[in-house]
Amino acid sequence: MSADPLIRLEDIAKSYRLGDAHVPVLRGVSLAIARGEFVALMGPSGSGKSTLMNLLGCLDRPTSGRYWLDGEEISRASADRRAVIRGRRLGFVFQNFNLLARTSALQNVLMPLDYALERPSPRQARDRAVQLLTRVGLGQRLDHEPAQMSGGQQQRVAIARALINAPPVLLADEPTGNLDSRTSREVLELFREINAEQGITIILVTHDAGVARHADRAIRVHDGLVVEGAFADTAGAHA
Amino acid sequence: MTQLLRTIETALRALRRNAMRSALTTLGIVIGVAAVITMMEIGNGSAAAIEETIARMGSNNLMVLPGSVTTGAVNYGTGSQQNLTIEDFEVVAAECGELVAGVAPVVSTRTQVVHGNRNWIPTYLYGTTPGYVDVREWGELDEGQMFTDADVRRGAQVCVIGSTLATALFDDRSPLGGIVRINQQPFKVIGVLASKGANMMGTDQDDILLAPWTSIKYRVAGRSVPTVIASDPSTAAKMNTLSQRYPSIGPLLYPTPSPAQLVNNPRVDRIPSLSLIWARARSAVDVATAKAQIEATLRRQHRIAPEETDDFVVRDLTEQSKMLGSTAGLMAGLLLSVALISLAVGGVGIMNIMLVSVTERTREIGLRMAVGARPRDILKQFLVEAVVLCLLGGTIGILVGRGGAELVRLLLNWPTKISVWAIVASVSVSVIVGVLFGFYPAWKASRLDPIGALRYE
Repeated sequence: MSADPLIRLEDIAKSYRLGDAHVPVLRGVSLAIARGEFVALMGPSGSGKSTLMNLLGCLDRPTSGRYWLDGEEISRASADRRAVIRGRRLGFVFQNFNLLARTSALQNVLMPLDYALERPSPRQARDRAVQLLTRVGLGQRLDHEPAQMSGGQQQRVAIARALINAPPVLLADEPTGNLDSRTSREVLELFREINAEQGITIILVTHDAGVARHADRAIRVHDGLVVEGAFADTAGAHA
Repeated sequence: MTQLLRTIETALRALRRNAMRSALTTLGIVIGVAAVITMMEIGNGSAAAIEETIARMGSNNLMVLPGSVTTGAVNYGTGSQQNLTIEDFEVVAAECGELVAGVAPVVSTRTQVVHGNRNWIPTYLYGTTPGYVDVREWGELDEGQMFTDADVRRGAQVCVIGSTLATALFDDRSPLGGIVRINQQPFKVIGVLASKGANMMGTDQDDILLAPWTSIKYRVAGRSVPTVIASDPSTAAKMNTLSQRYPSIGPLLYPTPSPAQLVNNPRVDRIPSLSLIWARARSAVDVATAKAQIEATLRRQHRIAPEETDDFVVRDLTEQSKMLGSTAGLMAGLLLSVALISLAVGGVGIMNIMLVSVTERTREIGLRMAVGARPRDILKQFLVEAVVLCLLGGTIGILVGRGGAELVRLLLNWPTKISVWAIVASVSVSVIVGVLFGFYPAWKASRLDPIGALRYE
């Protein structure tokens, strides 16, 4: 394991205030994910898995602990700073695809560039979006709107969108939750290929052991603690 | 700049995704702006019509009167001096053309007009030039025509009469071609003026006879009659026929001027002095400057040193001008308040729908935040959307409003007048409404928590 992992959490805790009581959701999580890894984040509902994903995705701030992403400590970053980090370093794929309705596949893929700090020229942006859509197998459906596509195709558009800013990390939250088993396999295969070809780190959040098997390593969360696979060495699955 | 264009493009795309809702949202602004534009055009049209009517009453007119003369500590009042000449008229006509639409000299007298067995003393018996009709905005003649400049040059014995005088002398018969005698001189009637009614002082303006000033000056009046200087006994005697029956000359209060004095102060008999000069400013706003220009021209013409006071008076009809200003001001104020109310209502509509839109697009906002939109980006986006919506509504509103005004003009025959001011104002008010009423929903959108927004069902 390299001394400088892409993602490192150190004693991360998160609690929510419910009335007067503090409800702890994460109780000191430490983990590391190396560049180019394909990990699955597993756990039953209520385990703190989603909270952990939100923290990893810079959508939320931990109550305590430290978080290094790509060499930068960001546990105390402001909302604006976190937005910039999300745009530049992270790509999101959601269970329900979250595509803009009545908007072509191409425009959906281009959307994150509205908020990118260094924007490519419209020409370059379009070329890149077409290339990504072709890569996910939708080169013929650039002008299709979400309503005209199947679930698998919509998720492919969402994957292309997540890659438009060339982020080092792709966060997929139950990406196959709304897909049938055959399409699920295809989408997971696509993740695998992207991970292998472009060296993009993929974090797959799932409760399905069958899905998690596609990953190099599984990080199991239970009751606010990581119970298995926090570090590559201990898991021993990473080749 | 390109960033703003990009935001506008994004906003347009978002609005197009919900074309129907966007259209309904902006309807309030469309109606508001259209109402403002139509009202302003109708208001402008009526204001212009009223202005024209008041102008016809003489609000743009300026009167130049000779100054006063003081003899033996007695001031005889305005018009008692005989120092306004036909040259003054010519100079004003030649030099003040920029601000003055027309000038006419007037030689006024008051004497009996006789036709057959009837006679009448008209209120106004004016010797003037053909321009008088235009200066006083008399419009077309009812019958016949005005005398010409050639008539003025040769002192033709022709005249144009007002309707009151026509009725008094001719009853219902056409006066055209009829001969009237003024101070024993025969004048042929060649035109009848359109009826103008009484002026603001209640004087009948149709009780008038107009003839070339040369004819009146040299054939009828001999000199300007009302400006008889009482201290001049010879004139007084000439005018007052009763003095023959009741001689009142008696001892002279002042000695008759010696020949030397006469040389120094020549009598003005041979100089064609005028009773007054009428001028008309090009528009109501030009009245003040035209007045100043005429004053400056006449001061130079009369060789008045800077420290001396004027030996003439220029009067404007301030009363009418003020009335004009207040009418227009009232109209503008009324329309402005209507405009503001309707646009505020439209703005509330925008705010309402934008709030609905923010709720409905919560997931989209969450997604945009997840892919890197900062709160301020979201704020900007929704604000721009509201402004674009208002601007679109404003543009459509202007077109609808213009169309409505045209329709009103064509179908109802109301006077309308395009108002650039209304267009500029309604566009800027649209933008302000967009910013004001779009801000709260946009701010609300920017405060959303991305996690909650992404989960929102």
